[in-house]
Amino acid sequence: MIGAGILRGLKITARHVIETYLDDVKKIPSRYAYDRRLIKQPLEEEGIFTIQYPEEKRVLPENFRYIPMLIFDAETGEDRCTACGICAKVCPPQCIWIVRDQDKTGKPIPRPAEFYIDITVCMGCGYCAEFCPFDAIKMNHDYEIAAYNRFPDLVLDKDALSVPSTYYAQLYPKAWEEEQRRREEERKKQEAREKALAAKRAAKAKKAAAAAKKADAKKTEEKGE
Amino acid sequence: MAQPETVVAGVDLPFNDAVPGAVIGRDGEALVVARDKLLELARYLRDHEGYDYLSSVTGVDNLTHPKRKDVERFEVVYHLYSTKRGGGPLVLKARAPEDDPEIPSVVSVWPGADFQEREIWDLFGIRFPGHPNLRRILLWEGFHGHPLRKDWKEAYYEEEKKPYKSRHPDGRYDLKAKYPWHEERAVFHDNLVFPEGFDPDQMDIPVVEYRLGQDIYRELEGIKTDRIIVNMGPQHPSTHGVFRMVVALEGETIVGLEPEMGYLHRNHEKIGERNTYLMNIPYTDRLDYICSMSNNLGYVLAVEKLMGGVEVPERAKYLRIIMVELTRIINHMWAIGFLLNDLGAFFTPALYAIEERELILDLFEAASGSRMMCNYMRPGGVVRDVPDGWIEEARKLVHNRLPRAVDELDAYLTKNEILLARTKGVGYLSPEDAIAYSTSGPVLRGSGVPYDIRKVEPYCIYDRFDFDVVVEDGGDVYARYMVRIREMRESLKILRQALRDIPEGPVLPPGKQKYSFRIPPGEAYQRIEAPKGELGFYLVSDGTANPYRYHVRAPSFINLTALGPMCIGYKVADSVAILGSIDIVLGETDR
Repeated sequence: MIGAGILRGLKITARHVIETYLDDVKKIPSRYAYDRRLIKQPLEEEGIFTIQYPEEKRVLPENFRYIPMLIFDAETGEDRCTACGICAKVCPPQCIWIVRDQDKTGKPIPRPAEFYIDITVCMGCGYCAEFCPFDAIKMNHDYEIAAYNRFPDLVLDKDALSVPSTYYAQLYPKAWEEEQRRREEERKKQEAREKALAAKRAAKAKKAAAAAKKADAKKTEEKGE
Repeated sequence: MAQPETVVAGVDLPFNDAVPGAVIGRDGEALVVARDKLLELARYLRDHEGYDYLSSVTGVDNLTHPKRKDVERFEVVYHLYSTKRGGGPLVLKARAPEDDPEIPSVVSVWPGADFQEREIWDLFGIRFPGHPNLRRILLWEGFHGHPLRKDWKEAYYEEEKKPYKSRHPDGRYDLKAKYPWHEERAVFHDNLVFPEGFDPDQMDIPVVEYRLGQDIYRELEGIKTDRIIVNMGPQHPSTHGVFRMVVALEGETIVGLEPEMGYLHRNHEKIGERNTYLMNIPYTDRLDYICSMSNNLGYVLAVEKLMGGVEVPERAKYLRIIMVELTRIINHMWAIGFLLNDLGAFFTPALYAIEERELILDLFEAASGSRMMCNYMRPGGVVRDVPDGWIEEARKLVHNRLPRAVDELDAYLTKNEILLARTKGVGYLSPEDAIAYSTSGPVLRGSGVPYDIRKVEPYCIYDRFDFDVVVEDGGDVYARYMVRIREMRESLKILRQALRDIPEGPVLPPGKQKYSFRIPPGEAYQRIEAPKGELGFYLVSDGTANPYRYHVRAPSFINLTALGPMCIGYKVADSVAILGSIDIVLGETDR
C-alpha cells in the first residue's frame, strides 16, 4: 500500500510525543523529581529527553570534571596547596605554572605565591586532581565560564581558582565524607603515635632516672667505702 | 634488545632458504631485512607463507635512541598477519642510512601500504621507490621538513620533553618577559623559524598531481562527454568533517577518486613523543572522539605490553570490556544514523539512533567524569571504580532499552525501500581486495572475511565470553550496514555476560599510582578491535619516561585506502554513501 511506510514512520514520532507527556505523570520519580530546573531523567522514561538549557540543567554526577579548582580550608583560610608542583608536572598540555612563596630571607615556604591555569589550554583530563597528594586541587563542576576576552579572563590566577573547602564538600559529598574519615583516622593514628612516643619517652625518662638513682646510690656507696 | 645482530653462521634465520640473503638479522621479535631483497621477501611471504594482511607500516628515526647508536638512522617497521591462520604478527624491519633514505615500496604486494608509505614519506622523509603516487598526505605540499624526524623542531618549541621545567615552582615562568604566555610565543612571534632562503610571500603554490585516470573524451549515445573534476569537500555535509574527495567524473560516473586529508592534522605522534606515557591517555581520547574508551584501552594495553605484562585486577578487566562494548554500540548507532543522513534521510534516523547514546554517555560520565573525553583507563586497571548503582543502571540499559533500540532501528531501516535502493550492490569490495587494502572492522567483515581480533588474537578477557564474529558476504554498503546492526547484538551479548559475572574488588594494582614511570628499552605493538576496525599502537621505549616512538595505526585512515577503488564505476551520489559506510572520524584519520 502506498504510504504505509510513512504512516509506520509517523507512528514513532507520535509515540515519542505522547510518551514525553505521559512520562511526567506516569513515571515516579519523574525527570522533574529534583527541581523544575535540575533534570535527572530515569532510564524508564521513554519519551524524548531534551533539556531546555539554560532554563533547565542536568544533574551532574559527583565525578564530573570540568576545570580544576584550588581548595583552601574554610575555617582557617589556609591553602591546602604546598606548591610541590606535581600537578604542573603531570599536566598533559602543561597549562599549570606555580611560583613558590618565599620569606624575607629568600627561603621557600611551602605555599604558592602565584598559581596560574591557562584554561584555554586545559584539556580537562583531571590528572592534577588525581595525583595531588594534599587533596588541594579538585575538578570544578562549574562549566559556564564563557568570557569575552581570552586574556586575562581565561587565564585563571590563584584568586580565581580558589574555593573554600565547604564548596568542595557540597560538590563531592561522597569524596568529602571519605576524606574526613581518612583524616580522622590519620589524626587518631597520629595521636596514638604521639601517645606511644610520650609513653616511650616517659619510660625512658623513668629508666634514666632509675639508672641515675642507682648510679647515685653506687656513688654514695663508693663514697661510703 | 635493540642491538642489531649481524649474521652469524649457525644462527637460525627464517626464510633464507626461499629468499637467500633477505633476512639479515634479528632485533627482538623483528626480522631485519636487507632492503634490496624486501620486495622479493614480501612477495614470498604473501604467496607462500600466508601473510596476506599488512596491518601496519611505520617509520622510526633512530637518531637519538641511546641503544641504537650503531644502527642506520631510518627504519621502517612492517607488521604482517595472516587472515587465514589468525594469531600474532610477523614483524619486519628494513633500514636505510641517513644520506640515502630509500626503501622499496611494497604497494605492489600489499596495496594497503599506499597511504601508510605516503605518511612515512610525509613525516619522516623516507622515499619509497616504486610507489605510484608518493606525495605528502597529511601535511601540505609546501611544508618545510619532515616533522617526525628527531632533529625537527616545531615553530613553538619549548623543550624536548615534558614536563617542561619552566612550569615548576622553581622553574620561574617569566611573567615579566615580552611574551609571557606560551600562547603569545606561538608562530606569529619570535619563535617562527623559516628554512634558509624561504620567503612566504614569494612562495609558489605547489602543483598537486592526482591519480584520476586518463583523460577521456567519448561519445556515448550521441552525447559527447568529457572528464570533469569535482571537489567534494573539504566543507561538505557528506564528508563527516573536513575531508576532501577529488572526484573525476564522466557524466555522472566516477572514473577516479582521490581522498585528500590532513585538515585536522596536529601531529598527534610528535605530541605523544614529547609526553610522558601517562599524559598520552587523554590525547588518545581525541583520536576517534566517538570511541574514546576504545582508544584508551588500546593505548594502555600497548603500554602494559611494553612494561612486560602488568597484572590487572579482575574487576578492572570486566569494567574495561563493559566500557569498550558500550562504546561499540555508540559507534555503530552513530554510524548507521549518519549513513542514513548521507542517503538523504536528513537527521530523523540519526537523532533516533543516537538517543540511546545519550544514556550510555550518562553512564560514562558517572564513571569517568566526562561524556566523550573519558580518560578512564590506566596502565594496570581503570582510574576509579564505578559509583554505587552504576552496574544496575547498566544492566537495565543492556537488558531492556538497548536491545529494543537496536530492534527498532532494524525494523524501520533494514527493509526500507530507499535504503535498499541506495545501498544494495553499491560500493562493492571483494574479499581479496578487502584484505589487500588492509581494511578492517565492519568493512572487512562486510566483504565476507571473518576476521575479528577479539577472536583471532584475543586480548583482555574476550576469550571468556560467548559471542560470534559477524560476517556478511555482500561486500557492498548494505553488507557493512548489516554487519553494524548485527555486531551491536553481539556486543549486547558480551555486555550481558560481563555485567552478570563482574566481581567485586579493587580496580587498580595495590600501591600508590605513579604519575611518571620509566619503561626499559624495547618495543611493542598492540592492536584491538575498535568499533571502526583495527586500532593499533606501536610504542618504542628508550628507557626514559617518554615514549621514543609512538605510532597510531588508525582504522579510519587505512580503511580510506579502499575508498577510491570502491567508488570507481558508481555514480557520484553513491560516493557519499560509500564514504558513510566506511565510517570515518577525522580526528583519527588526520591525527
